[in-house]
Amino acid sequence: MIALKLAYRNLKGAGLRTWLNVIVLSFAYVIIIFNQGFLDGWSRQAREDMIDWEIGGGVYWNAAYDPYDIFTIQDGHGLPPSALQGLIEDNLAEPVLVAQAAIYPEGRVQSILLNGIDPGQTILKLPTAPLAADIDEIPVLIGTRMAKRTGLQEGDFVTVRWRDVNDTFDATEAKVVKIMKTNDANVDIGQLWVPMNRLQTMMSARGEATTIILSPEITDPPAAVGWEFKDYNFLLKEVRALIKTKSIGGSTMFILLLFLAGLAIFDSQMLAVFKRRKEIGTLIALGMTRTRVVRIFTVEGAMHGILAALVAAVYGIPLLGMLAKSGWAMPEVADTMGIVIAEKIFPLFSIGLIAGTTAVVMITVTIVSYIPARKIAQLNPTEAIKGKIS
Amino acid sequence: MADSRIITIDGLVKKFPMGGGWFTALSDISLEFGTGEFAGFVGPSGSGKTTVLNIIGSLDSPSEGEVIVMDKSIGELSHGEAAKLRNRHLGFIFQTYNLLPVYTVYENVEFPLLLLNMSPRARKKAVLEALEWVGLTDKIKSRPAQLSGGQCQRVAIARAMVKKPVLVLADEPTANLDADNSHHILETMETLNRELKTTFIFATHDHKVIRYLKRKISLEDGRVVKDEIVKAKRKVKE
Ligand SMILES: Nc1ncnc2c1ncn2[C@@H]1O[C@H](COP(=O)(O)OP(=O)(O)OP(=O)(O)O)[C@@H](O)[C@H]1O
Ligand SMILES: [Mg+2]
Repeated sequence: MIALKLAYRNLKGAGLRTWLNVIVLSFAYVIIIFNQGFLDGWSRQAREDMIDWEIGGGVYWNAAYDPYDIFTIQDGHGLPPSALQGLIEDNLAEPVLVAQAAIYPEGRVQSILLNGIDPGQTILKLPTAPLAADIDEIPVLIGTRMAKRTGLQEGDFVTVRWRDVNDTFDATEAKVVKIMKTNDANVDIGQLWVPMNRLQTMMSARGEATTIILSPEITDPPAAVGWEFKDYNFLLKEVRALIKTKSIGGSTMFILLLFLAGLAIFDSQMLAVFKRRKEIGTLIALGMTRTRVVRIFTVEGAMHGILAALVAAVYGIPLLGMLAKSGWAMPEVADTMGIVIAEKIFPLFSIGLIAGTTAVVMITVTIVSYIPARKIAQLNPTEAIKGKIS
Repeated sequence: MADSRIITIDGLVKKFPMGGGWFTALSDISLEFGTGEFAGFVGPSGSGKTTVLNIIGSLDSPSEGEVIVMDKSIGELSHGEAAKLRNRHLGFIFQTYNLLPVYTVYENVEFPLLLLNMSPRARKKAVLEALEWVGLTDKIKSRPAQLSGGQCQRVAIARAMVKKPVLVLADEPTANLDADNSHHILETMETLNRELKTTFIFATHDHKVIRYLKRKISLEDGRVVKDEIVKAKRKVKE
């Protein structure tokens, strides 16, 4: 208690110097909390978007399918396993057939993936209903990014050329029946969604599928022979890794600011121990142990952390609170990068994040305060009282 | 004259390392002090006055011999035990006042009581009483920087006296004060000595102080050359 009071008074007495240290430290606080909160928010939104638009409650892959190996796509399909038949009939699992193809918008060739899906599906948010259109051309659903890249608009026709299971090329006309807006670039860029039965016919792969998307309602996926179940841990790996890379940038800034503030506090502490020898000697003469004086000076330095937290709260809470509510608009370029990202990210400032940051800041500040204060223990009180250097 | 003995110094030697060898600042000092004394070490600069006071105050330790203060042998105390002795029984008054600059007068005086974990009510009573002794009740909210040297030293006296210690050690308490202030302060201390039976030991070469002493111990080159009881107080203002 004495330590806190004395420390606070001394800090206040130190004036501008203290406040400079405190303000830099508060920047470190707010920046890291904003950065991490932003990434946590993005992470949560990306996860939700992917669940809604792409992966449902997890995905079964045909054992021969590997999306990273373009050649497997041609062979990686088969009849859905009997274990999943019931779920498929109950609309709790949705087969998707994937095929390589090329389109020729405005005469230029562009290679794409055709995704066959039941227009009546309900697991994903994909607006597949228009695919049920009874037209001669193949009805096609694409995303806004894809529309932009191809210049296609709703009602436009485009030539699709594909290679069927017998390795023969074929071509037909497709009609864009719907352009959808989605945060999940994975179902947008390079993807054409077509009715399942049309694609199966085109591919001569009646009843077959490449992947089977499970409904999020199913919590324990049944085992299926010839199919591998990919859970969230696997499917969200990429987006997690991406966000982790992004977090390094923010952390660097945080570490830099923390380092600067730490250095300044260290310096202030060195100076304080030197300039206030007389006070130290007096405290010892008044009956304080050296350890206690060391503690007072350590608390004094560490109090920078507390003040910084308070200052950070003063401008950080309204600022970050506003961002958490109104969201952070992402630049349009992010949208075209092929990552799962919403137009607006709503940062997620968790208690854990705030407590964790506070702990890191407090520990750092305490250490940089303690190291110079430790010198006090070696001070000769009889000389310190006189303000002499020993 | 002394009711009971509170300090026993026996064969005290203090050496400081100097160059390759040792410098003997105090050699073979043996003295006793009792409760209620108003004594002082006098002598020229460098004679060892401060050194002996520091050892009595447990801020330094003897090289040889024994110094017993309140039944504690100074040389054998740990840092913690020495701190406890100072905290409970000793008051210090310094040449340069040594007040805590960020604290008000009131808080400076209260400080030793905080270390004693006294209750807030008892603290308040003691602080106001001590400030009354030194005549500074109207300055309780001031900071040391706003006070004159004499006022600062009075705050320091109040701080030393507030816990009613057995012994107050004052090293050149008047060195930075003019004659009027010096007398004022010494009269205050003399009164406290008389009324509270607090033992005062000074280190000084200031004649204004020496005049008030009831016992004068003269040091020269670290030796006691004279130890005299001064009967009649020569209280002459210059
Ligand atoms: N820490 C130390 N290291 C070395 N020598 C010291 C130390 N402290 C004191 N001395 C020496 O011991 C001697 C006595 O010093 P002390 O400070 O006790 O003198 P003093 O009588 O108080 O003098 P003054 O009237 O100038 O205050 C001096 O010669 C001084 O140089
Ligand atoms: Mg001296």
